[in-house]
Amino acid sequence: MVDQTDHSFSVDVASRGDIDSVQGLKAEARNLSFFYGAVQALKSVNMPVYDSRVTALIGPSGCGKSTFLRCFNRMHDLTDHTRYDGEILFHPDNVNILRKSVDPIEVRMRIGMVFQKPNPFPKSIFENVAYGLRVRGEKNRSELADRVETALRDASLWEEVSGRLDSMAFNLSGGQQQRLCIARALATGPELLLFDEPTSALDPNATANIEDLIHRLREKVTILIVTHNMQQAARVSDYTAFMYLGELIEFSDTNTVFTNPNSKQTEDYITGRYG
Amino acid sequence: MIRENPSQSSVGSGSIDPGSRFAHSVGRHVGERIIEVLLFLAAFSAVAVTIAIVAILVFESTEFFKHVSLVDFLTDTQWTIMFADKHYGVLPLLAGTLVTTTVALMLAVPVGTVTAVYLSEFANPRVREVVKPTLELLAGIPTVVYGYFALLMVTPALQWFMPDLPGFNMLGPGLVIGVMIIPYVSSVAEDAMRSVPASMREGSYAMGATRMQTSLRVVVPAATSGIVAAYILGISRAFGETMVVAVAAGQQPNFTWDPREPGATITAFIVQVALGDLPHGSLEYQSIFAVGLVLVLMTLFFNVLGHLARKRFREAY
Repeated sequence: MVDQTDHSFSVDVASRGDIDSVQGLKAEARNLSFFYGAVQALKSVNMPVYDSRVTALIGPSGCGKSTFLRCFNRMHDLTDHTRYDGEILFHPDNVNILRKSVDPIEVRMRIGMVFQKPNPFPKSIFENVAYGLRVRGEKNRSELADRVETALRDASLWEEVSGRLDSMAFNLSGGQQQRLCIARALATGPELLLFDEPTSALDPNATANIEDLIHRLREKVTILIVTHNMQQAARVSDYTAFMYLGELIEFSDTNTVFTNPNSKQTEDYITGRYG
Repeated sequence: MIRENPSQSSVGSGSIDPGSRFAHSVGRHVGERIIEVLLFLAAFSAVAVTIAIVAILVFESTEFFKHVSLVDFLTDTQWTIMFADKHYGVLPLLAGTLVTTTVALMLAVPVGTVTAVYLSEFANPRVREVVKPTLELLAGIPTVVYGYFALLMVTPALQWFMPDLPGFNMLGPGLVIGVMIIPYVSSVAEDAMRSVPASMREGSYAMGATRMQTSLRVVVPAATSGIVAAYILGISRAFGETMVVAVAAGQQPNFTWDPREPGATITAFIVQVALGDLPHGSLEYQSIFAVGLVLVLMTLFFNVLGHLARKRFREAY
């Protein structure tokens, strides 16, 4: 079984074309199934997540792409009557992060997440970004100030907010709030960052900002992004996975998926014939 | 324009063709008006009753203040209206009210808040389904029962630790009022916490926060306006509470800030006088309107405070 999945990865890797031929793995899903009660939402998904690359998950509503994304930081643990089956190996540790003995808090310390709707906390801009550091017990003021500034710079928000770090986060615009949430996630130095349709609540201008940002962030952190918007997937990602009804239909480099997809279903979806 | 558009002319002219589809609108309009007036009267009746109560309080108090100066009323430290040597200082009653309310809040605020955090953030649904109705049952017990509970159970129990505690004191009733208002505090505070959007909790968990960190650092601050409203509701309830104090605190207007001493609150005094056989129009009779006015003003003050707090802390999720 394991050999087979490894084999299917190598086929994908061989077909990648213009992207650098050897790229390390950050994580990989192996025969991952997921259940809400008796309903199976993911059906034996196998997929690599390449290190320092952006991987986009696309597919029609209800295809399981968000469910899949939320397996990576064990968000489903917060809901009763859910069950994982299979594994997500996280590298370099080579540990299955879905194993019961792995503490979900530890997982979330290393895998950050940005949500569909900006969800800043009812705190100041500074405290929002410092939140992750504070829950990890960081108390040193200058250390906190440094890390907050770095995170805000990385999220391209520093220029806009440096003069009012003490004002409430709710006073920011929607796009700024979303960049604040990205800064919040970046502040703790995650190895993998999950984006769940991060621009679906934003106007086109703010969307363009966030897309630029995601494109630049891949130098620092591996990114997995769910998007409804295929142009967005094409713009920001290096790899694209197409999912349908809980199954992974196709995974390849983004260029191939959009210009020469293997599967008829993928082609129908990206050309807008359904979904 | 040379030729008038026929459809425009029928709309533009003042009279409505009785044969047209517009004919019934007048009748419907009258119906709507009647309903609107009825609805307004229903809403206004509550306002009218409030205004009437305040008006009567003010009117009767004016009679009282014709005989007693406002300065004496506010500064005299004795309230001996039933005795030969009469003093009309509201301070003892005010102190009694504040002492019992403070004792009650010192119990109800921490217990109510912790209960709300537990029910909203930690309890599994099955536990919540049992605990919530049980708590709300506390609010349904008649207050006179609480009064005897304070007199016959709580005070004797306290006397185990404090042998010098008199049989009538403000500590016992204060604690019992605290128990009584826990369900008010916890249920309003819990509603406030539960209405914090799930996306905010998810944001916190996704940062690697524990359940406790999420509750205390995100959910409670986000629900501050509702939690403050819960406290204000608790204060109003404790303030207006009558029977517990009347039964168990001794009905002795006593200017003291020590909860171990007997005392009387504004409400306890009102019930004492209202039940006695005082002649209508006497000064003693009018005094209950004066202290009643004080009570209304203080409750109003706390309601305004609560309103301001809600506005100050309201978050736009």
